[in-house]
Amino acid sequence: MKFPADLKFTVSDEWLRVEGNTATLGVSDFAQDQLSDIVYFEATVHVGERVSQGDQVAIVESVKAAADVYTPVSGEITEVNQALAQSPELVNSDPYGGAWMVKLKLGNPSEVEVLMDSAAYQKNTEERSR
Amino acid sequence: MAYIPHTAEERRQMLEAIGVESIEELYADVPETVRFPDLDLPDPAAEMEVIEELQLLSGANLNTREAACFLGAGAYNHYIPSVVDHILRRSEFYTAYTPYQPEMSQGTLQTIFEYQSMMCFLTGMEVSNASHYDGATSLAEAVILALNFHQGKRNKVVLSPGIHPQYREVVRTYMQGLQLEIIGDESLQSQPGDHLDERTSLVAVQYPDFFGNIHDYSALAAAAHAVGALFCVVANPTALGMLKPPSEFGADVVVGEGQPLGIPLSFGGPYIGFFTTREEYVRKMAGRLVGETVDSRGQRGYVLTLTPREQHIRRGRASSNICTNQGLMALAVTVYLAAVGKSGLRQVAELCYHKAHYAAAQIAALEGYQLWNSGPFFHEFVIRCPRPPAQINQALVGYDIIGGYDLGSDYPELAGHMLLAVTELNHKEDIDDLVTALAEAAHD
Amino acid sequence: MIEPLIYDLSTPGRPGHRFPDPDVPESALPEGFARRELLLPELSELEAVRHFVRLSQLNHSIDTGFYPLGSCTMKYNPKVNEDAARLPGFAFTHPLQDPTTLQGNLALMHALQEWLKEIGGFAGVSLQPAAGAHGELTGILMIRAYHRDRGETQRNKILVPDSAHGTNPATTTMSGLRVVELPSDTRGNVDLEALRAECDDTVAGLMLTNPNTLGLFEEQVQEGVGRVQDCGGLVYGDGANMHALLGVVRPGELGFDVLHFNLHKTFSTPHGGGGPGAGPVGVLKQLVDYLPGPVVEEVEAGDEDLPPLYGLAMPAKSIGRVKAFHGHFGMHVRAYAYIRSNGKSGMRAIADHAVLNANYLLAGLRGSYKVPFDRRCMHEFVAEGQFEGAPDIHALDISKRLMDYGFHPPTNYFPLIVREALMIEPTETESKPTLDAFIKAMKEIAVDARSDPEILKGAPHTTPFGRLDEVQAAKQLILCCRPERGSA
Repeated sequence: MKFPADLKFTVSDEWLRVEGNTATLGVSDFAQDQLSDIVYFEATVHVGERVSQGDQVAIVESVKAAADVYTPVSGEITEVNQALAQSPELVNSDPYGGAWMVKLKLGNPSEVEVLMDSAAYQKNTEERSR
Repeated sequence: MAYIPHTAEERRQMLEAIGVESIEELYADVPETVRFPDLDLPDPAAEMEVIEELQLLSGANLNTREAACFLGAGAYNHYIPSVVDHILRRSEFYTAYTPYQPEMSQGTLQTIFEYQSMMCFLTGMEVSNASHYDGATSLAEAVILALNFHQGKRNKVVLSPGIHPQYREVVRTYMQGLQLEIIGDESLQSQPGDHLDERTSLVAVQYPDFFGNIHDYSALAAAAHAVGALFCVVANPTALGMLKPPSEFGADVVVGEGQPLGIPLSFGGPYIGFFTTREEYVRKMAGRLVGETVDSRGQRGYVLTLTPREQHIRRGRASSNICTNQGLMALAVTVYLAAVGKSGLRQVAELCYHKAHYAAAQIAALEGYQLWNSGPFFHEFVIRCPRPPAQINQALVGYDIIGGYDLGSDYPELAGHMLLAVTELNHKEDIDDLVTALAEAAHD
Repeated sequence: MIEPLIYDLSTPGRPGHRFPDPDVPESALPEGFARRELLLPELSELEAVRHFVRLSQLNHSIDTGFYPLGSCTMKYNPKVNEDAARLPGFAFTHPLQDPTTLQGNLALMHALQEWLKEIGGFAGVSLQPAAGAHGELTGILMIRAYHRDRGETQRNKILVPDSAHGTNPATTTMSGLRVVELPSDTRGNVDLEALRAECDDTVAGLMLTNPNTLGLFEEQVQEGVGRVQDCGGLVYGDGANMHALLGVVRPGELGFDVLHFNLHKTFSTPHGGGGPGAGPVGVLKQLVDYLPGPVVEEVEAGDEDLPPLYGLAMPAKSIGRVKAFHGHFGMHVRAYAYIRSNGKSGMRAIADHAVLNANYLLAGLRGSYKVPFDRRCMHEFVAEGQFEGAPDIHALDISKRLMDYGFHPPTNYFPLIVREALMIEPTETESKPTLDAFIKAMKEIAVDARSDPEILKGAPHTTPFGRLDEVQAAKQLILCCRPERGSA
């Protein structure tokens, strides 16, 4: 199970890559393992849309579960990964790379500070698996 | 003990294996103060006695085999080809469970897939689910789909007064916990088109409407789409055997009651609600869905699919909690449509149409009665009666005729009016007898 | 062995069912509404019959073999029920006929209402809901209406155990209320401390399944119910497991304010491949006025010479209709026949033998399968479908391998709080030889899991179909036949 050190994580299993004032968001390796084979991805926001902390940005579905993806930070959506809708299985094979879901311009960079770092998230997933 | 196979010896062996002296010990967790109540129920009856008792109860009703039925209003007396019940009585179908283990359920799964296909072709839509409880709850589910489609941002639903009154009641019951404005059916003259704006999530109409009228809804559908609302049509499936499908005038969702397709009246249930829509809404659609796939041996097979949609909660939006479909009823519809086929369904529709128009013409010619419908109608029509419909119907029973539906309580503007339905089961003689009886019932 | 799709069997021009010619003059068809194309199949009656009969032979069913599906109660469906439902007075009556012409049906429904009240310990029953989930929605809407009627609109929380069926939280959201999830304790009961912490005047109610989805009787049920009621909330009971309580305890006397019954589980009406069911609700006195309607009432009392006169009425503060007409009358007839066949003593016998059978299976399997929450079970129990030393074997593999023994697998992956859950419910209509055969099969599978895992991974081997690819079905949605235009 991978927990890249340069990412931030949420308790609802989203990851965030922050570069300057922009952030990229997806779901973690742990999440895709729990969900199993992903068959569907749909972004529920569009480019230019303003989102608040906790808003839903996407849906992923596997054969046994559907999961809503939420943004832990507020901001403006700058990109949506259309390719992922065509190949949802990337969430399983490349959750931190090809399966990025949305990019946004941060509205309030301080919101990033409360997120878990890689080590804390890994510990969190271990506790939940017990 | 009915249907319990255990011998005393087997019980003894099982208790020993479990490690208790008596079955009573197994209930140790049940609070003693309320345990083992003395139920006031009749003593057990042998099967022979049970069926005799039920025959007496059955006999204490007037049924549509004994009396000519001209009552419709959402449930219709159609002929059911004998093959339907023979297939429904096959144990492998009716004692089977929901097909969650597809390797052992291909019979159920393939028949549902065929049902879905036939309903799509009948309504002109692109996808169908495996059914809802009835036409009324299907309409409620259409409202939920529209609310989800608009992500909870629209809170107005417009219902035509021509939709079955009980269906509109059910929609209101379902939605009572959500802050919605459900309007458009305040009076018979209300026009759905007058209520459309950007807050409208769904506009719904009935085809033919509750009074049997056939309308072209193209303009209304266009107006709904212009404000971004979805357009839902509640359709009669027999009528669809000869009338153009709602897909041709802009429907996004077509729902309705499938009872006319091979399901007996059975005093109101079980029936089946069909639900069909366009492919783009498939993930917003509630209910079970069967999809095609292959097995490990390369054979084409069927499975329940998109199952996470079922019962899944979406934050801040309404969600359907439906956990079932009307399994065996969907099979009945499938067998019926397979039995009557393309030409048979058209024949049934046309027989209903011609007989209804013959009846309407004869009754309209009677003194004291008037035909209320002004435009084209299918197999139901409204007549104004010279005396209260309840009294007319009471007189009709004396002629072994089940009369029409008294519209007064649902539509105050139609007090003194009765809704009559005519199907292929009404012979010309039955209709002529009805006309004679109505003429005589006009006087005290 | 695949059966062609009905559209593949169709041939243009094939004669099927014949209707009589019109015996009335024909009227002009409505202009502008003519249907041009109708894509329905064209088969002879024999072709249609063979198609459906062959399809039926691809199904497992109760009448074919054992179905230990936890929570579903796959008991025998008595044949007399089927004959009864088809009696002409039941099958050929229209719901909107004058009630004076329907006294037999109304008497039957009234009797069923009374018996369910008696069995459940309730003051009122509505037979209208069409299924368990429908009954749930009805129950939660009633609770909501009750509080609003008292001006307590701040009560918007429904407490739901984490072991609950998925319909429970979905129903809550549909009713415009908020779900608050309660954890289970180490004994598989609802965590009482967590429950206590949530009880305040914003609680509308608690949804509880008892016995719960682990098959365990909630040990502190009266206390849990009491705490919710002390803070002014009401308690909704999911009656899916009512089976184990027949004649043993009445949910009304445990304090449940409203409960739905599943006629297709507890009362033997057939599952039909996924419906129709029926989900009547029973309520204590304070909720009687809120029941969905119409319900059947005695309009005029009877005497020695005349039976009572029955009619339909809407309760005074009814939440409204939850479906058109009166409910699944065809299932009411079957449930009536079942209750008459079993009678007073039979109710208790059902629970006794259901609980006996489940505990017998538990005793037989306990050594080979891990049973978390290992205490006396009621009519079902949950085992883990995984083994030490067989990391690749999951509940799914065990389930598929059971098919090779002629058994339908137990319920998989529910409840979510047990890993690789296998929920096993034998019901009272299964005999000891059947149970012994099942235990033997499960033990062999447990051995094979370690010594020959491939035989599980590749299962089922002997059914007409191998494992079906659910991922492909979801990715490449094919939901409908695509007959060539013009050939159908």
